[in-house]
Amino acid sequence: MNSIDSKGRILVVDDDASLAEMLTIVLRQEGFDSQVCTRGDRAVAEFRDYKPDLVLLDLMLPGKDGIDVCKEIRAESGVPIVMLTAKGDTIDVVVGLESGADDYVVKPFKPKELIARIRARVRRLDQPVQESLTIADLVIDVAGHAVTRAGQAINLTPLEFDLLVCLARKPWQVFTREVLLEQVWGYRHAADTRLVNVHVQRLRSKIEHDPENPEVVVTVRGVGYKAGTSS
Amino acid sequence: MPRRSVSSTVRRGLTFWRRSVQARVVASTVLLSAIVVGVVGWFLLQQTRDGLVDARVDRAVAEATDETNQARTRLAALPGTDDDVSTQLRQLADPILQRAEVRGFSVVLAGPVTEEPIDVASAGARYSTDLDLDSVPASLSAHFTESLDPAWTFTTMRYVDDADRPEIAGVAVASAIQLPADGKYYTLYYLFPMQQEEDTLALVSRALLTAGGLLLVLVAGLTWLVTRQVVTPIRMARRTAERLAAGHLEERMWVRGHDDIARLATSFNQMASSLQRQIRQLEELSRVQRRFTSDVSHELRTPLTTVRMAGDVLHDARNEFDPVTARAAELLQTELDRFEGLLSDLLEISRFDAGAAALELDDINLIDVAHRVVDITRGLAEQRGMTVTVQALREPVLAEADTRRVERIVRNLVSNAIDHADSGPIVVLVNGDDHAAAIAVRDHGVGLAPGEAALVFNRFWRADPARARTSGGTGLGLAISLEDTHLHGGWLQAWGQPGQGAQFRLTLPRRAGQPLRHSPIPLVPDDVEAL
Repeated sequence: MNSIDSKGRILVVDDDASLAEMLTIVLRQEGFDSQVCTRGDRAVAEFRDYKPDLVLLDLMLPGKDGIDVCKEIRAESGVPIVMLTAKGDTIDVVVGLESGADDYVVKPFKPKELIARIRARVRRLDQPVQESLTIADLVIDVAGHAVTRAGQAINLTPLEFDLLVCLARKPWQVFTREVLLEQVWGYRHAADTRLVNVHVQRLRSKIEHDPENPEVVVTVRGVGYKAGTSS
Repeated sequence: MPRRSVSSTVRRGLTFWRRSVQARVVASTVLLSAIVVGVVGWFLLQQTRDGLVDARVDRAVAEATDETNQARTRLAALPGTDDDVSTQLRQLADPILQRAEVRGFSVVLAGPVTEEPIDVASAGARYSTDLDLDSVPASLSAHFTESLDPAWTFTTMRYVDDADRPEIAGVAVASAIQLPADGKYYTLYYLFPMQQEEDTLALVSRALLTAGGLLLVLVAGLTWLVTRQVVTPIRMARRTAERLAAGHLEERMWVRGHDDIARLATSFNQMASSLQRQIRQLEELSRVQRRFTSDVSHELRTPLTTVRMAGDVLHDARNEFDPVTARAAELLQTELDRFEGLLSDLLEISRFDAGAAALELDDINLIDVAHRVVDITRGLAEQRGMTVTVQALREPVLAEADTRRVERIVRNLVSNAIDHADSGPIVVLVNGDDHAAAIAVRDHGVGLAPGEAALVFNRFWRADPARARTSGGTGLGLAISLEDTHLHGGWLQAWGQPGQGAQFRLTLPRRAGQPLRHSPIPLVPDDVEAL
């Protein structure tokens, strides 16, 4: 299955065989390799086996809940996870995002919309730039995808890394949630700003000395977020 | 200030009076009892007084007659006839005066009797020294101008002594007596004070008053107790009913004993149980139904996603198909869009029905919303050859609302107008004041028949079932808009006349939760009266 010109490998975890197959077809059309897993309890094993660049994860799965699968994958890897959910407005979305998903797509979605989401998450693979940034007391090696504080490496998921880099590149600018959605998630139209809130919280829990009083990613009330000044 | 406090006290009292059965029953019983006790008391007092006075008069007359007879005897026994008038008068009066002083009555001797009524005060030859002579009633002295028979009457006795005795009611008895010295008749007035009788009467009155008062207190207490026994369960029933009405369906009355009250409580509780059962049943039914709608919608989503993706693949490849298949792929695509719209509208409605919709409030400018909606719907409007313009009567028009929902409402109104406006421009009016903000969408289409303005917000309602649905509306747009509006505590109203177009008006409170009283835009457009 692994073609040489593949844009990436995607693990599709969905119990609906037809939908899974359709996803495979659409993904192949767009140049992605994919593998289908129809059971929640086998998802993690297949993930280890297949080593995908991105996981499409349905929330309602037989064997094991999608949320648990998401947590387990996130525990061992920062690979992007995009949730497929039938309930776009419920607490499920927030729970899914908090369990580590990077983004979500509400069924029924348009194939192009899904592809845009996937591209936004795997595009960083194509653009390694030699660059080093500092934000507060953190040093970011953009090409090496590493964040260090006083020589100590901090483990971030690619999305969290992108978010941090986005803020760090223009420390003078206040980013609204909508702008962040566009630049980090690749949304062209206004979307769910909960995505930003949840991921900023997750990012803070990893990089802040005191997540209650953030110094690296600062909230600008009523506007959005900006990078904290180097102290 | 005091007047206000007085009036407020009066008002409170009146309210208490209106609300409390107990107070009214006690008050009316006490009032009735007071009247009866008063009448009975007054009657008793009258009887007692009459009895006392009659007895006193009898005694007085008897005593006076006795004294007069003794005096006659004394005069008859006088020796010789050479005594002068004044001596004889003294001999006549002195023993009587002495006895009067001892026995507590007063005597006046006046005369002689002539054809003219004599003035006792000037003609009083001898009298008890402490008596004011005005105490002798004129009617009594006038009596002797016509007759020499004894007579009696009531009088008021006044005294002139130093002891400052008060006036007192008395009985005056008068007799005429002939003096041997000059053969003329002189009158003897005996005035008996009714001191003892007055004392007795006062005593009886006091006793009656005390008894009556105690009786009233007893009646009030009894009534209060009795009504309390009836009213307390009623009040309890009222409280229970109030709590039931407030949604505490487990609330029951306390049943004690087997009397009428207990049976009332039992029946009440049975009613409450029956109500509770039915409400629970209805709740369960509606919950199941809502759940079903939501489940169906969700279950539809996964296959729809597959179909959607398959449709997209076909649609993208339609250039490679023959014209018929290509057209089929296009139709599949548009109908899938419609299906998707319908499904998401159904889900939205089921969310409202489940009470799961929540507002995300923000200060928004309705003019911005109107412009955004006009931009979004421009394509559709141009396709139909129509123009949609925004007319802001004030800048800015702010309201605390959920942007997404308000935009959806306005979008629904505008697409609805585009759907139904056959000709003429569509105007989006925006206006506001300190209390409310409003957007009205005016079209010049077919308008609404009488009675339809109330129906347009019904789910899947159509003005004309035969009318083609061109813009792919789901039939739920206005229903969702109405729910969105209610969520904001606002108004969504429609006006329309056949041939004159229609106007849909959304009014939102300036601050979320404030009650709405008026809308800054009239529901009936200004240009209609001009026509």
